[in-house]
This record gives sequence, structure tokens and C-alpha cells, in this order.
Amino acid sequence: MSSSSLSIQGLAKRYGAFVALAPTDLVVADGEFLTLLGPSGSGKTTLLSLLAGLVPPDEGSVHIGSDDVTYAPPYERDIGVVFQNYALFPHMTIEENIAFPLKMRKVPAADAKRRAREALEMVHLPHIAGRYPRELSGGQQQRVALARCMVYKPSIILMDEPLGALDKKLREHMQLEIKRLHREMGTTIVYVTHDQEEAMTMSDRICLMNAGRIEQLGTPADLYFRPRSLFVADFLGESNILPAALRTRVGDEVEIALGGGGVAGRALANGTDLAPGTPVRVMVRPQNLTVARRPQNAASPDALEGRVSDVMVTGSLTKVYMEPLDRNLPPLVAAFPTRNDADAVRIDDVLTLSWSGRDAVVIADTASAGAGAGAGAAGAA
Amino acid sequence: MNGHPLTMTVPAGAKRRSAPPAWRKPVLMGAPLVLLLVAFLVFPVGQLLALSVYNGQGFTLAPYAQLFASSLYATVLWITLKISLATTLVSVAAAYPIAYLISVAKGPAKSRLIFWVLLSFWTSFLVRAFAWVVILGRNGVINSTLMSLGIIDRPVDLLYGFGAVLVGMVHAMLPLAVMTMLAVMENIDRTLPRAAGTLGARPGTAFWTVYFPLSLPGVAASAIMVFVSAIGFFIVPALLGGRKETMITQLIIDQVQQTLNWGLAGAISVLLLTVVLIVFVLYDRVFGFASLTGESAAVRNRDTAMRRLGGRVLAALGSASDALIGCLPRRRPASGDRPLALAAFVWLLLVLISLPAFLMIPLSFGKGGLAWPPSGFTLQWYEQLLQSPIWMQALWRSIVVAFGTGLLAMAIGVPAAFLMVRGQMRGKGAMLAFILSPIVVPRMIIAVGMFYVFAQMGLVGTILGLVIGHTVVAVPYVVMTMMAVLRNYDTRLDMAAQSLGARPLAALRHVTFPILGAGMLSSFLFAFATSFDELTISLFSSGGLSATLPKQFWDEVTLQVSPVIAAVSTGLLLFVAALIWVADRLRRRSLAN
Ligand SMILES: Nc1ncnc2c1ncn2[C@@H]1O[C@H](COP(=O)(O)OP(=O)(O)OP(=O)(O)O)[C@@H](O)[C@H]1O
Ligand SMILES: [Mg+2]
Repeated sequence: MSSSSLSIQGLAKRYGAFVALAPTDLVVADGEFLTLLGPSGSGKTTLLSLLAGLVPPDEGSVHIGSDDVTYAPPYERDIGVVFQNYALFPHMTIEENIAFPLKMRKVPAADAKRRAREALEMVHLPHIAGRYPRELSGGQQQRVALARCMVYKPSIILMDEPLGALDKKLREHMQLEIKRLHREMGTTIVYVTHDQEEAMTMSDRICLMNAGRIEQLGTPADLYFRPRSLFVADFLGESNILPAALRTRVGDEVEIALGGGGVAGRALANGTDLAPGTPVRVMVRPQNLTVARRPQNAASPDALEGRVSDVMVTGSLTKVYMEPLDRNLPPLVAAFPTRNDADAVRIDDVLTLSWSGRDAVVIADTASAGAGAGAGAAGAA
Repeated sequence: MNGHPLTMTVPAGAKRRSAPPAWRKPVLMGAPLVLLLVAFLVFPVGQLLALSVYNGQGFTLAPYAQLFASSLYATVLWITLKISLATTLVSVAAAYPIAYLISVAKGPAKSRLIFWVLLSFWTSFLVRAFAWVVILGRNGVINSTLMSLGIIDRPVDLLYGFGAVLVGMVHAMLPLAVMTMLAVMENIDRTLPRAAGTLGARPGTAFWTVYFPLSLPGVAASAIMVFVSAIGFFIVPALLGGRKETMITQLIIDQVQQTLNWGLAGAISVLLLTVVLIVFVLYDRVFGFASLTGESAAVRNRDTAMRRLGGRVLAALGSASDALIGCLPRRRPASGDRPLALAAFVWLLLVLISLPAFLMIPLSFGKGGLAWPPSGFTLQWYEQLLQSPIWMQALWRSIVVAFGTGLLAMAIGVPAAFLMVRGQMRGKGAMLAFILSPIVVPRMIIAVGMFYVFAQMGLVGTILGLVIGHTVVAVPYVVMTMMAVLRNYDTRLDMAAQSLGARPLAALRHVTFPILGAGMLSSFLFAFATSFDELTISLFSSGGLSATLPKQFWDEVTLQVSPVIAAVSTGLLLFVAALIWVADRLRRRSLAN
């Protein structure tokens, strides 16, 4: 196979009337590390099973390189799968488990044995070759599953929450291990996880799924800083989401009016191209909000001001929770590196909030156009 | 700090409630069952065995001399082993695809498959065996059909031969084989064969090298269950076999009922028991008893020549089936693991095992008696049945005894199951083996020994005697079913309920029972149905006058055959179908709660 890129066109799967995967397009580049992220039941495992050929699709096609493999059985796809529950064969020793794919490829027994040992060394478990899966800890089984998948060097590896069962420390160790193997072997990896931190640190791109469709596909930074929907903004990390109305467009930025309309601000248009006056949402990450004391002399009419409701020092970060004085706005949170004077901010202080136009993004408000309309009308008055 | 100092100290007057001794609970839970088995299993069987070496005056080996004097007994033993072995092989081979299909099926398809297996499972052995008499007889279904088609012009002798016995035996044992195998197959991780697929194994290889080895404990368990049941079975050889298919249990009946030679009956029992024990010891060596209760046996053999050879054979089987599959035209993959051909084959088997009993329905309404094809329509057999005090009393007695058995087996078996699953004690394995021993010891030996003891106690012909006897053979099923249910039951739910303020009884009523209810119900029905269809113990212990339904059935078919039998069979079939249906309904309702 010349290229191990993976592409799907209009791929869909239904169970009865239930749509597990709506028609979906996706291209995974050769050697890419792509993560499928999303809430439970969003169709991640379904998509992975379709890629592996474990369930037949209802429509659409799957290509590996230029070959159409839509209806090819799993054993003809040269795809490795690491199953969520490891799927080690309980009646075979670890070595037999790892040598299994080689045996299926008619590799001579002695050769297979040697390569199985090498694979075990790669995952730092050379001493357990003769044991049975149930005689291993969860983390060890996990690594054996990885070794069994790596040993025959498939061009594409699919992993379904491979680290789900591990404790934090082992998980971080295995994350590095997987990244290293990915780098060294140049394999294309499609990886499923629940854990957004894991997705952010490991992936070239993240495919965020929701209710059987792709919500957004992009680099971790794309998804984190430039979410295209409220769902994405909400799903990844902490965010402040404010109702706003568009005023004018300035290059790739827009002027916005917040809440009751008194407060002006700027934000990246983020690919939206909406008419002035349209109600939208604006997202700002807590660490991009700058808080300052209100100048003693005068209240600036167009600044965003809030009353501190809580202060939390979480080690390196200090988080300040605030109720905006403008009742049309939801509570906000700002975060900044903890300094020695962290206790200078107290509950009930009134602070001014601001952000750079490049740190806020506009999100088309499809979900609650009705709610936003009120804010828009007030802004125009 | 002027808080509440009193809360920290025990008030002077309060007594510490002393904890009950740790041994009391396990003993209370386990003792009834142990006592029952000692008194009505160990003691009677021991008595019978003792009779073979003790003749009232003193020690004797005369019965054994008699046993080995003629070649008759060795021949019969050989025939018994041959029939049992053949039955086992055919039953297990036929049960495998059925159990496999059930284990991969989902939703309504699965319920439907299970219904048909259960229907056969619970349809009386007598009805099923008798159906074959009607099918294979000179005026039976096969002969009349072939004659009317002009294929033969004289009836062929199908009955009273090895073939007929084998067919009847397999038919009797197949549902048991399926149910036993299914317990193991349901626990095989479905992702494993798929994982093999992603690792490059073609379907045939994935099946033979991954799925099949994992299902072997189930195959072994069902093989031994079938073998042990078959070796102690007498209904089928008696009804369908000729002189040359006499099985060893029939000899025991003869000794007890006709020659009254208890010594010889004891000696034959010793012989039979020895064979069964040898089989079980071999089984335990290879597979371990744990696999019998649906737990996967621990892999013991590390790297033996046997294991390597087995691996090679399976790999070859895999390649061969893949080559075979490769010859077939390539289709789009069907959904999941259920090839259409397999489903068709399994349904054919299920129709075959269900059909015989259903043939009784048209016959019961026919005027022509038990000859095929039925002609005309009449209700006279049902009228005769309803007007016969003998049948009606037998029916009533059977229902009373089955209810009594169900209640007693539950009262004794459920606490024992709790003890086996939850209790912390040594010797659990031995205790389990003891509890299951009524299944292992051939029913005939238990029945004869019990008859001997009941006769001394004046229990022959009493309802109490029958209830006790049936409980001994039904209680292992209750314990096994309840153990399976309890193992899947999360005890933390009880604790959660109690921590939420429920007293133990309330927790039992609102949490434990609704969850365990379905399992308890099926245990009860298992015991009920076991008793309702029990013939061996009733054959002796019901005495001549107070027959149960199966005993009455047996007397009728062995003495004079009347079409009333067809009416009784139809009634029994409908009764069982209704029972399964109701049980399924109740199970669903309790799951919905
Ligand atoms: N065999 C099936 N029959 C019916 N519905 C199914 C089947 N397999 C999956 N589904 C449904 O499809 C939806 C998507 O399931 P999928 O397993 O892809 O979710 P997931 O994103 O992997 O979730 P999780 O993170 O919990 O593993 C779920 O609502 C699930 O109930
Ligand atoms: Mg999943």
C-alpha cells in the first residue's frame, strides 16, 4: 500500500431509526495523529468500528490510500485496533497473543517469536512472555495490547480509549510511549478519548463529535481558541460565553455590543460573516480576561465591570469569579498567574474586565436566537 | 469546648450488644440442605450399596459373584456406555450451533430461540419419548408417509433398535446440552473474535483458534452432563429399544420390581456408580469442576505437547474452513456474526426437536387412535381423560407434590446459595460438590435407595415422601440458578439501601427481592418442573396406588397404549408452554421495575 491516508465520504450508520453516525466526511493524512473526542454516545466507537470494518456501514465509503475498502473484511485492511477492554485472548500466553498477528501473516514461528519478544521489550515487559493475560495488571495488559498491535507494523492504528482504565501517572507515561511510537514508526493513528487534556496534548488534529456528527475538526489550538459552535466552546476547557450583538466589521475583527448594549468590545470574526445587528455569542477564555481595579474617580460607562463573588487560588492560577454589574450578562471567571498579592482581590470588590480583540471570538448563535434578540434590540436603542 | 461530651462515652447503664457467634449464620444457612442430603441421599445410597455386601446375616460377595458369573451384565454395561457415548457426541455436536446462535442473537430473535429450546427442555421426557413411538411405529408417521408416497410397500421396522434409541436419547438430551453450553458461551467476550479479525485472522481461523478454545469448557460441561444423564436414563431405551438396547438402569428396575433381589440391585448400582465416578474424576483432571457452574476453568496446562498439538489441529481446521469459505461467492458482509445458513440450520434443528411433541395434538383429536395420519375429529379422548378418576388424582397429586417440592427446595436451597456465594468459609468447593451430587449420582440409584429407606419409614406412597425425594434431586438446580443470579448481584445495593435508612427486611423487600425476584422465580419453576416430570423416584416411591402424572403415564404406555395418552401429552405441552410464557412475562415485569 503506497499511502496510509484514510478517508471517508458520506459514511453513515443507523441502528433501526437511531442515527449512530450521520453521513460524515473525513480525511486523515498519512502519519497523522487524529483524536476523536466527544461525550459518551456521540458515535466515536461507531466511527472507529466502521473504519476497522467491524460493522458494515449503511451508506458512504471508506478509502485507505486509493483503495476502496468500504466492505472489505477487517483482516484485509492492514489496520491495527487497540480495543477499549484490551481484547487479549485469555487462552493464549502473552507471547502467543503478540505472535498471533504474525502467525496469521504466515511469519515463520522462530521469526514470530523473536519479533514478539522485541515488541515486549518495546513496552518494557520482557519478563512476562509466558504468563496469561489474567495474570497481569490492567496497565500491563494495556501495554501488551499495544505491543500486539505494533508488532506487525500496520500502517494505520485505531485506538478506542486505550488508556481509560489506567491511573493518572501510568496514563501520562503511556501517552508519552504512544507518542514516541507514533513518531518512530510514522503510523497513522486514530485515537478515541473522553479526556480533553489527553486529546489536546497528543493530537495533530482533534475531531470533536456530538450526537453522531462531527462538530468541529481542527488543531487543538483551533478548537480551543476558535470554536465554531457553543458546543465546542463549552466542551473544551473553561470559557466565558457572553451574549452580544454585532456592530461593524474591521478586517478580521468585529465590534460588538455586550449585554444591555452599554459595553463595547472587539472579537475575531472567526469565519462568521453576519450582518450588523445580528445577535451572537462571544467567547473569551478565563486566562485572556484582564482584571483591573476601577479607577477611583469615575466609572467608565463603556467598560465591563463586575462584582467579585469568589476568589480561588488553585496553585499556579488564581481564579476570580464575578457577577457583572450589567444584569444581562452571565457570571464570568477570570484566571491569572498567582502572585504574591493574590489576596489583594477580595469578595465584593468591583473590578473592570477587558480583553484584547484577538483573544475573543464570535460564535454564531444558532441555538438561542430568540434569547439573543432581546440584547440586540436593547443595544440598538 | 463545651460541646457534647456525652456523645463520646458510652452511658454507664448501656449494655454492649453482644455479636452472635460467627459460626451461627453459616450453619443455619447450610445445615438444612446438608441434613436433607445426608438423610435422603447419602444414607439411602449407602444402604443400597451396603446391601450388595450384606445380606441380613453377614458379609457376602454373592451378588458380585452373580454379577460376574454371566456375561449379561458386562454386555449390558457395554451397551449402556455405547449408547451414552453416542448420545453425548451427537447431542453436543448438534447443540453447539444452536447455543452459538443463541449467544450471538439479540432482542426478540434471542427470546424466540430460547423459548423453543426451553419448550423442548421442559416438555416431559415421557411425552417426547412416546412421540417417537408414534413417529417410528409400524403405523407411524414415517411409515405411513413413505407408503402413501409409494416409496415402500410394507412398513419398515424403525422402532426397537439402536437407531431409534439414539434418536430418542439425543432428542431427550439436546436441550440440556444447549442450556449447559450456553452458560459458558454467553460469557465469551464478543470482541475477541473481532479482535482476531483486525489482527489478520480470517473468519474460519478466528473461530477455530479463538472462539472455539474459549467455548471448550462449555462443550466439556455439556458433554459430561449429557453423558451422566444418559447413563442413568431408562425411559427411552425401555420405550424405543429392543432387547439388544437394554441399559443398565433397566436391570436395576427388574431386580427391584420383579426378582426383589436387593443384593444384586446394589451390586449393579456399585458398578454404575463406579463408571460415573471414573468419568467425573477424569473430567475434573482435565477441565475442573468449576466449569460446570459456568465459570471459566483456569488454564492449567502451560506448554504441553498436547496443547501444541491441539493448537496445530485448530489452526489446520481454521485454514480448511477459510479455504472452504473462500470458494463461496463473496457477499457483502452480513450484519455481525450470524451467517444466514447457520440460522437456517439451527431453525431446522429446533423444528425437528419441537415437532414430535406437536404431533400429539392432531392425534389427540383424531378418531383413529394413535395411527398416522389422524382421521376425523373427536373430543372423546379428552372426555375419557377428564372422567377418569385415576388420571385426575394423578394430576392433582403431581401438582401438590410439585408445589411442595418447589417451596421446600427454595426454602432450603436459597439460603445455601447465599452461603456459597457470600459466605467466607473453608471447604466451599467440597460443599458445592456435595450439593451438586444428586445430579452426579445416577437418578436410578437414588430412587432405589430411597425406596428402600422410605419403605422402612413408611413414607412410600405418601405425598411427603415424594416431596422429599423430588426435593433431593431438584435442590441442586435451585442452588445453581440462585448462585448464578447472586454472583451478578451487587451486594453494595443492599448496603446502599440500608445506609439510606431501610431496615434489613425493608431492604430485602424493596431492593433485593425486586432484583433477585426473576432468579428466584426461575429457581422455583425449575424445581416445580423437575418434580412435575420426575419419574424415576415416583416409579418406586409412589407405591402402587398413589401415582403421579408421569407414573400414570408410564404405566399406561408400558401396559396398554390408548389415545388418551395423546390427550395427556397435548395437555402437558400446553401447560409447559404456558408456564414458560408466564415465567418470561414475570421476568420482564420484574426487570422493568
Ligand atoms: N449495536 C448497537 N445497537 C444499537 N445501538 C447502538 C449499537 N452500538 C452503538 N449504538 C448506539 O450508538 C450511539 C453511539 O455509540 P458509540 O459506541 O459510538 O458511542 P461512543 O461515542 O463510543 O460512546 P462512549 O464514549 O460511551 O464509548 C450510542 O447511543 C449507542 O447506544
Ligand atoms: Mg466508545
